[in-house]
Amino acid sequence: MSRSDVLVDADWAEAHIGEPGVVIVEVDEDTSAYDKGHIPTAIKLDWKKDLQDPVRRDFVDKTGFEALLSERGISNDDTVLLYGGNNNWFAAYAYWYFKLYGHDKVLLLDGGRKKWELDSRELSTDVPERPRTSYTAKEQDSSLRALRDEVIAAIGKRNLVDVRSPDEFTGRLLAPAHLPQEQAQRAGHVPTARNVPWSKAANEDGTFRSDDELHSLYASEAGLDFGRDTIAYCRIGERSAHTWFVLHELLDLPNVKNYDGSWTEYGSLVGVPIELGDGR
Amino acid sequence: MSAGDGCGAPAGGVSVSAATGSQAVVEGRVVHEGSPVATGYARLLGTGDEFVAEVPLGDDGGFRFFAAPGSWTLRVLAPGGLRAERSVQADYGQVTKVDVSL
Repeated sequence: MSRSDVLVDADWAEAHIGEPGVVIVEVDEDTSAYDKGHIPTAIKLDWKKDLQDPVRRDFVDKTGFEALLSERGISNDDTVLLYGGNNNWFAAYAYWYFKLYGHDKVLLLDGGRKKWELDSRELSTDVPERPRTSYTAKEQDSSLRALRDEVIAAIGKRNLVDVRSPDEFTGRLLAPAHLPQEQAQRAGHVPTARNVPWSKAANEDGTFRSDDELHSLYASEAGLDFGRDTIAYCRIGERSAHTWFVLHELLDLPNVKNYDGSWTEYGSLVGVPIELGDGR
Repeated sequence: MSAGDGCGAPAGGVSVSAATGSQAVVEGRVVHEGSPVATGYARLLGTGDEFVAEVPLGDDGGFRFFAAPGSWTLRVLAPGGLRAERSVQADYGQVTKVDVSL
């Protein structure tokens, strides 16, 4: 994999609007953004309603993913181009899902919705009708997903990358600064984690920084050992999907996992070690 | 407004002046030539331009952040290369209002 295999720019997206075999998908937490206007021909996925299990804390299982994609008219052979708001957080999260369930041809739109809007490119309110398909997912690829016990076992042994803001990392805040303070029982971070906020990987317009800049950010500035396996986490797993995309897809590091339970799970576990302050 | 358990923006942007309790709130509206800027982004930055948070502007040009107490920079981006920057101070239990004209 390299950048050109996984990331496309807005010109590419514009040139492929309506092309058979290319499905553009907007993924948001706030799907009212889609309703106000989206890239022409794009369909939407709702981060919570479509991608999360309605009862358990987990994401949709294989059967649920198959049912969702079939209903939205996405087939196994389609190239899926994902984009969304929040600097592509939820699009990156969906990208990670598609990879988990074995969909090969999936791309992320560099800059997502923000760059598209700031460029004043065309937005449409037409909702396309796509004929139902019969989508078959593969078994979940566990090499991409970390669960809590694996995170605890990784303390001091693997790279742990906490991609939340410095205030969340040190324990001064429990949630990002545009949300009310809520969620985990305790503040802080997983011991030995390095704090590399997701935002450092992105330019102001939401595009990813260059490979050289990214390499230098994680290797030199943050001191990640690229010879070790890595687990990224945030609060609920979507900002860390953004960083997972950078490390695994753009920088092509092997063995990078996203811990989607993230701080809302870890910070509520009984008896696990927590570090406060700046860490190392 | 319901933030749910996501890290994203509240549905439909924000409408300003909800109850704040003990939060350190920074909120305001963005206008351009007298009209609300409904397409654009407000970013909250810390020292050294450290990114803290970003929200899309609401239909009324509104934005809101739940910050830690302290000094912040607010930067607004909108189509057509429009941008503006303001220094803001946040304190617990306070709503700091920042209205921005591009």
